[in-house]
Amino acid sequence: MNAPQTSPAWDQLRQGRNRRLARAASQGLGRQVPAGKIISLLEAVIEPGDRVCLEGNNQKQADFLSESLADCNPEVIHDLHMVQSVLALPSHVDLFERGLARKLDFSFSGPQGARLARLVQEQRIEIGAIHTYLELFGRYFVDLTPKVCLVAAQAADAAGNLYLGPNTEDTPVIVEATAFKGGIVIAQVNEMVDKLPRVDVPADWVNFTVQAPKPNYIEPLFTRDPAQITEVQVLMAMMAIKGIYAEYGITRLNHGIGFDTAAIELLLPTYGTALGLKGKICTHWALNPHPTLIPAIESGFVESVHSFGSEVGMDAYIAARSDVFFTGADGSMRSNRAFSQTAGLYACDMFIGSTLQMDMAGNSSTATLGRITGFGGAPNMGSDPHGRRHASPAWLKAGREAGGPNAVRGRKLVVQMVETFREHMAPVFVEDLDAWKLKDMMGAELPPIMIYGDDVSHIVTEEGIANLLLCRSAEEREQAIRGVAGFTPVGRARDRRMVENLRDRGVIRRAEDLGIDPRDASRDLLAARSVKDLVRWSGGLYAPPARFRNW
Amino acid sequence: METLNFRLESAPAERAASASVLCGVVGSGNLEILLRQGDEPKVCTVEVKTAARGFGDTWQAVLDAFAATHAAGGTHIAINDMGATPAVVSLRLAQTLSDYQRGRR
Repeated sequence: MNAPQTSPAWDQLRQGRNRRLARAASQGLGRQVPAGKIISLLEAVIEPGDRVCLEGNNQKQADFLSESLADCNPEVIHDLHMVQSVLALPSHVDLFERGLARKLDFSFSGPQGARLARLVQEQRIEIGAIHTYLELFGRYFVDLTPKVCLVAAQAADAAGNLYLGPNTEDTPVIVEATAFKGGIVIAQVNEMVDKLPRVDVPADWVNFTVQAPKPNYIEPLFTRDPAQITEVQVLMAMMAIKGIYAEYGITRLNHGIGFDTAAIELLLPTYGTALGLKGKICTHWALNPHPTLIPAIESGFVESVHSFGSEVGMDAYIAARSDVFFTGADGSMRSNRAFSQTAGLYACDMFIGSTLQMDMAGNSSTATLGRITGFGGAPNMGSDPHGRRHASPAWLKAGREAGGPNAVRGRKLVVQMVETFREHMAPVFVEDLDAWKLKDMMGAELPPIMIYGDDVSHIVTEEGIANLLLCRSAEEREQAIRGVAGFTPVGRARDRRMVENLRDRGVIRRAEDLGIDPRDASRDLLAARSVKDLVRWSGGLYAPPARFRNW
Repeated sequence: METLNFRLESAPAERAASASVLCGVVGSGNLEILLRQGDEPKVCTVEVKTAARGFGDTWQAVLDAFAATHAAGGTHIAINDMGATPAVVSLRLAQTLSDYQRGRR
């Protein structure tokens, strides 16, 4: 065999990076770029067709870099393939409307869901896929590695080291994928300092820093005002604590976002303590620092919390409770979405969350017509991971309920907690999810189902708890779901005899079967009934954002 | 606004501790219930004034379930509804009947 005559170039990525850096240098742009020169920098280092990662989750946003990219000249920068966790800001969608970007791979689109749906219908955007966070992060290291990433940090020093602050979030995973595969890392920072409190990203992974005109935006997404928790939510929380948390001995868990689970957090110090559950449930969490968890922490329920991100107003409280939260040597929190998602997937015995619609197979979806929203991390938490091998009492109990005493594997508890009707009398339980119509509208391969029915172990409604692990046929599952679907049309279409039989077998349990009198479901049971109560519990350390203050 | 009237058979309620009771508040997503003694011992009459039109059959189902699972005969119930869900209605009805029989808890 003869060796090839011409040896191929094996360092084209590095050469490409050097070419881009040289273009920036030729315009006099060094490591620290003035805010006024940001468009020159972006137009120098980004090439048409590039895969660009714009940092932004449902919390921290690289908003200055996003707005600046949207203001670039579409004749210079076009056909970008955006890869990003969340499409949250108007400027994220502007990129597509102004002709700078063409393709999108993402996880969640919350507030921009309606604009995104319109762009898809007008065929002005090509959606690669809607992912969960861990899938998207995984693909950053496989086939969606960014050529350029635009991230947000709290501070940088002159060398270019970054301090990410409590909202570390997605930055480490984005920077690592980009910096080690020939890409360019650009960070917007809130301030330039001589000495950083700690180094979260070393300078030689970072190519450019720019001080933004104003601090990056952070959405207080996980703050729920206890004043808005209803008595029905208190009732459902009582049933969940007594009928699921206590029965399975749930110590490691994740809570979804919403008032239903906030009610549980606020019942732990009162109802949970009265049931003798302190130290027996809810000790270890993968959870953002929910303000509504403060009373449970102060009451000694909680040993450890690892977080995806921080929460506005919680920084001083977190720093003062370093035994509970993960904090740096400087005292401030370090979050990490990729690691916390992994913890939620593999290290937790239970996920409990809410949904907008559920069908008779237990599939649930937050998709509604005319909006493309995606999933974020819920499917990572809300699934039974087949890769899990370590046992725990809760996991084993659930596995044996599903597979009998000789089951070779356990089961994660995946609990959906919903009132049967939403506002405006929209039924949560339906024969057909809107997700199917959305699938056709998007031309997608699959309907956007957030949590698959075969992963769901329990459903909690005001009418009781359905334990799907104990169902032995698709027909039993369907009747178990109808049996807690209340007065929705599908609930009223139940087979009454079969539902009574399921109740006799303990598949369905009503409040009275659990020894709970619904008339006791009072807001007086909440450990805090207002945001001001939460501040009081925190000893004044929690500083709620203005919109949550009415005093 | 829509006004709906129902006549439900129900086991006679235990003796009242109060002549009448008022439960709940009229506000978005909530309702106010006034319960007093009725005319027939085995019948519960209900008058619903609701902001949400077109849910007569849902009210019928919710009230049928209430009358079947509670001894509510011999009462008259007036409901002012501002779009409460069936879960809230059911809970409030149970609380109101309890207050009527045992007095305010």
